[in-house]
Amino acid sequence: MRRVYLDHSATTPVDLEVAALMMTYYTEKYGNPSSVHSFGREAKQALEEARKQVAELIGANPSEVTFTSGGTEADNLAILGTAEAQRKKGKHIITSCIEHHAVLETCEYLEKNGFDLTVIPADEEGILSVEDVRKAIRPDTILISVMHANNEVGSIQPVAEIGKLAKEHGITFHVDAVQSLGKIPIDVNEMNVDLLTVSSHKIYGPKGVGALYIRKGVRVVPLVHGGGQEKKRRSGTENTPGIIGFGKACQLAGQRMAEDAEHHTKLRDKLINGILQSIDHVKVNGPMGDKRLPNNVNVSIRFVEGESLLLSLDMLGISASSGSACTSGSLDPSHVLLAMGLVHEIAHGSLRFTLGRQNTEEEIDYLLVQLPKIVERLRMMSPLYDQVMHAKQAQ
Amino acid sequence: MYTEKVMDHFTNPRNVGEIENPDGVGEVGNAKCGDIMRIYLDVEGDIIKDVKFKTFGCGAAVATSSMVTEMVKGKTLAEAMVISNAAVAEALGGLPPAKMHCSNLAADALHAAIVNYREKQEKKE
Repeated sequence: MRRVYLDHSATTPVDLEVAALMMTYYTEKYGNPSSVHSFGREAKQALEEARKQVAELIGANPSEVTFTSGGTEADNLAILGTAEAQRKKGKHIITSCIEHHAVLETCEYLEKNGFDLTVIPADEEGILSVEDVRKAIRPDTILISVMHANNEVGSIQPVAEIGKLAKEHGITFHVDAVQSLGKIPIDVNEMNVDLLTVSSHKIYGPKGVGALYIRKGVRVVPLVHGGGQEKKRRSGTENTPGIIGFGKACQLAGQRMAEDAEHHTKLRDKLINGILQSIDHVKVNGPMGDKRLPNNVNVSIRFVEGESLLLSLDMLGISASSGSACTSGSLDPSHVLLAMGLVHEIAHGSLRFTLGRQNTEEEIDYLLVQLPKIVERLRMMSPLYDQVMHAKQAQ
Repeated sequence: MYTEKVMDHFTNPRNVGEIENPDGVGEVGNAKCGDIMRIYLDVEGDIIKDVKFKTFGCGAAVATSSMVTEMVKGKTLAEAMVISNAAVAEALGGLPPAKMHCSNLAADALHAAIVNYREKQEKKE
C-alpha cells in the first residue's frame, strides 16, 4: 500500500548521509571519548566536531553546548537545574500555557515542591504576549521558559523581545527550540537566550539525542551525576554515534534551511487552501503566513472526531496526528488548542499535518482527494451533523 | 491498538443512519468528552425489529455502536436490556484499557432508547 508520511513534527526519518556516518561510529570508530588511546581520541574528535556543528546552527560557542538524551532531558536540565542553582535567590518561575509537556510538567513538579509558578496565556492564534510576561515578572522571578515555536499549531513566539525583557531584569531565559531548529533561523545572542533546548530526531537525525545550550556564565545544577562527562553537566558515556549523527543533521539543516522552508511553505499553503476549498465547516488553528512554521498545518474539522479521522487516513496510508482526547492519552483534548480558546468539541476534531523534505505536491493532491471523502463519511455518521444536513436538505 | 474486529466495525459499520418516526431514541455522551452515541429503535411487539445508530467519536465509539446494533437486532427488549458495555467490548475482542471508560457507552445508548420506548408506550396507555 502507498504510504504518505505527514507527521514530521512527531519525528523524521534519519538522513541517509547521517545514518552512514553514524554506522562508522558504531562498528569501526567505537572508542569511548574519555579513553586516552587512539580509539578514544578519534571518537572524542568527532564528538567535538559535532558540538561545533550544533553550535553553528544556533549561533553559539561550542563550549556552550551540552549533549543530552533528547529534548525532554534538556528541558528538565534547564528548568530543574536553574531552580536548584538559584533557589536561594528566588522561587518564582514563568512559563506559558502552550508549552510542551516536558516543560509544563517539569514546572508543575517544581510548583508541588515549593516554587511559585505563573503560566501566561496565549492568544487565539497561539501566540504569547510580551506584555503578559512583563506583568508576571516579580522580584523573586528566577526563570522564564517559553517555546520558540509551538509543536501543535506552529505559532512562532516573540522570543527575542521576551529575552530582552528577561535580560533587563536579570532573569534566566530558557527557550525550547525543538520545533524551530532547522526550520527558521536561531541565534542565541540575538534572541537573548540563556538556555536553549534542541533535539536531533526532528531534523533528520537519530532519536535519543538532544542538547542544551548553556550560555557561558549561567549556572545549571546537573541532574545526572557520575563520570563527569560534558564538563560535569551530564555524566554518562556519550552516545557518540547519536551525537555525531545529530551534528551532521545540524550541518545539513543549516545548509538546506532556505530550500526546505520554500518547499514546506509551498506545500503548506497548498494543503491549507485545498482543505478550505474542499471541506466546509473547517477552522485553521494557529496563525497564517510568517508567524507560522513553514511545515505546519493544523485544522479543526467540525462534527467529526480526530481519532476517527486519523484511523481513516491511516487505512489509506496517510499518517497525521490530532489533538483529540483519544490521542492525547487523557480525557481532555490538546491543552494548546483549549488555551487558544477552542471549545472541546472543535478541539476534538483537530488534525495536524507536518511536512518534510520528502513530501511532494502529488502527495498533497492525494490527501486532498481522500480527506473530503473521509470527512463526508464520518459526518454522515455524526449526530452533530444532523442539523447542518437537514438545513442543507431543506434548501 | 485496536483488534481486527474493532477495525472491521469502524470501517464497515453496520446499521448506520436514522429511523424515521422511531419507536424509541436514546442518546448518551457529550461533545465535550468527544463521544456522542444515538440509537434509534423500531419495535414490534416485544422484538427489536430494526435498529440504527449515529455516533460522533473515536474508533471505539463507532465500533461499539455498530456492534451493539448487530447484537440486538431481532432480540426481545428484555434480552437487549441485559447487554452490558463490557459484553459489547468483549464481542469486539476487547478494547484498549483507556477506551473502556470513555468510549464504551453503546449499551447505555441502547438502554436509553429502550427506556424511551417504554415511556412512550406508557403515555399511549
